[in-house]
Amino acid sequence: MNIYVCIKQVPDTETKIKLNSDQTWIDTSGIKWIVSPYDEFAIEEGLKVKAQFPESKVTIVSAGPDRVVDAIRTGLAMGADTGLHIELPETADHFITAQAISKALQKEEKVDLLFCGKEAIDDGAAQTAQLIAAAMDIPALTVILEAQYTENSVQVKREVEGGTIEVLESSLPAVIAAQKGLNEPRYASLPNIMKAKKKEVKKVSLADLGMSESDQKVKLKNFELPAPKAAGRKLDGTPAEMAAELVKILHEEVKVI
Amino acid sequence: MKTLIIAEQRDGTLKKPTKELVHAFSQAGHEVHVLLTGEGVQSLSETIGNYGAHTIHTAEASELKLYTAEATTRATLALVETIQPDAIVASHTPTGRDFMPQVAMKLGAGLASDCHQVTLSSDSITARRPVYAGKASAEVEFVGNGPQCYTIRANSFGNPSEGTSSAKQETLNVDLSGLKTKATSNESGNSGRPDVTEASVVISGGRSLKSAENFEILEKLADLLGGGVGASRAAVDAGFRPHRDQVGQTGKVVSPSLYIACGISGAIQHLAGMRTSKTIVAINTDPDAPIFQIADYGIVGDLFEVVPLLTEEVKKIK
Ligand SMILES: Cc1cc2nc3c(=O)[nH]c(=O)nc-3n(C[C@H](O)[C@H](O)[C@H](O)COP(=O)(O)OP(=O)(O)OC[C@H]3O[C@@H](n4cnc5c(N)ncnc54)[C@H](O)[C@@H]3O)c2cc1C
Repeated sequence: MNIYVCIKQVPDTETKIKLNSDQTWIDTSGIKWIVSPYDEFAIEEGLKVKAQFPESKVTIVSAGPDRVVDAIRTGLAMGADTGLHIELPETADHFITAQAISKALQKEEKVDLLFCGKEAIDDGAAQTAQLIAAAMDIPALTVILEAQYTENSVQVKREVEGGTIEVLESSLPAVIAAQKGLNEPRYASLPNIMKAKKKEVKKVSLADLGMSESDQKVKLKNFELPAPKAAGRKLDGTPAEMAAELVKILHEEVKVI
Repeated sequence: MKTLIIAEQRDGTLKKPTKELVHAFSQAGHEVHVLLTGEGVQSLSETIGNYGAHTIHTAEASELKLYTAEATTRATLALVETIQPDAIVASHTPTGRDFMPQVAMKLGAGLASDCHQVTLSSDSITARRPVYAGKASAEVEFVGNGPQCYTIRANSFGNPSEGTSSAKQETLNVDLSGLKTKATSNESGNSGRPDVTEASVVISGGRSLKSAENFEILEKLADLLGGGVGASRAAVDAGFRPHRDQVGQTGKVVSPSLYIACGISGAIQHLAGMRTSKTIVAINTDPDAPIFQIADYGIVGDLFEVVPLLTEEVKKIK
């Protein structure tokens, strides 16, 4: 099978976000970049499917500035075969990201399975997997906790609200967006990290795909940091007094209960 | 503005975030069209009308009984072609976030997802969305053609109220031949409590709860308030709660009217998931716990003592 795993490089979760001077984006200086955590489940799933169908090839795809090659190398170190870097500006929207990935993959070997994380933890938009699927006209199965594969079909369990599970069947090719719990991502061993440095990472630009930044559909503007919160009120008294006062405030003043 | 809202129902029950959207957009003066899909759901279209919709378009088919993104996308595209809306809106729920990107791509339109601050006038929608898990936010500007597509976080508009319906009822026929995905069954989570992303009150517990059983203390309070129960990652990693209850940057992002953090330190990744809550209460033994920096009301105390006392107090006012 030809397996593709689309991953995003995002700021480490500890990052303190600062804005650039004209508030058109964040200030990316000094940020430590990581592979978005849900994408690690996507990579692992690709490798698991390869173990099931040993003739398979796993390609790690990432769209973004040059720095994302490090994320691709992380996937290669986990055991993927090859990489594809689609050069995109930092500020690209999800629409052109998905269009670019879909167009780039048309030039590659036929897609059988494409894995993504269920969302990236930087913008939490949860769009790209479904956008790619729609652009390629194949099904998207998102927030997947369990999957069973045959040569040409997949059965999945999808997590929705309240812990309800939807059971779905789909033909392949399909896009699968991984939820935590789908598998346990492996750690890259030192020899594999060394080997990954020698694996091929192909580069494709927007222009190569006949696209430009102006194909974008939405733009983010007027970035703001959350307004600093006014100091809250610590209640005093015995626990019973504090509990009574809190319930009174929530009921009578704030009217939330 | 002509706005199409995609209704969401599960097992014949209309989802609260749908009522919220229909009510808010109708109140703002939009011509609200609603797409309702399912099988045997006609009675829900009456309810939707009560929240102010202009027209309800119902598509019924066995392929729509259990939700799939593919069938819902087809139905949405069929309706978009007939009514040509200016905007298409769904809730940012596991359902809305699943099919809306597919609708947007098929229409070549932009999608603003997970909008949490939405300002409406009769002819415009201004939406901001959190970025970097709420550590910042940004306004979404549409720069391409096509209808503007939005998914909106539950509880962004406040509680909807029901009136009397003057809605038109239409039937939508959708070609559902050749679908590639099939929903075979649903396994119910069956906790009886609302999901943390939908609940208007969320009571969360951390590592300090010490066991899965102890969460019963929080559940009692949550059930009295009709709320959901959330957890920190430390509590989830310790196996006290399932991952679906985790609030934070690698869990769920919630925005309830009231969030009560019990024995949660307030790590940056946890704050990312709940800082947009309207009122935040923290209960913690450590007066210097970072959670107090974003709490509106704080109680320095032992949750095992304070939470049952709160439950008793709430019983008095109920
Ligand atoms: C990549 C990454 C992603 C992460 N994502 C998330 C996420 O999505 N969500 C999340 O929550 N965390 C996340 N974390 C973990 C986060 O950094 C914290 O470790 C975690 O939130 C701490 O959980 P806690 O507050 O329950 O535990 P602790 O930090 O151990 O805090 C326990 C608190 O309970 C108080 N306490 C103890 N006993 C009592 C008592 N009897 N009564 C009252 N208070 C008491 C203590 O004073 C303390 O403040 C992530 C971390 C990483 C690295």
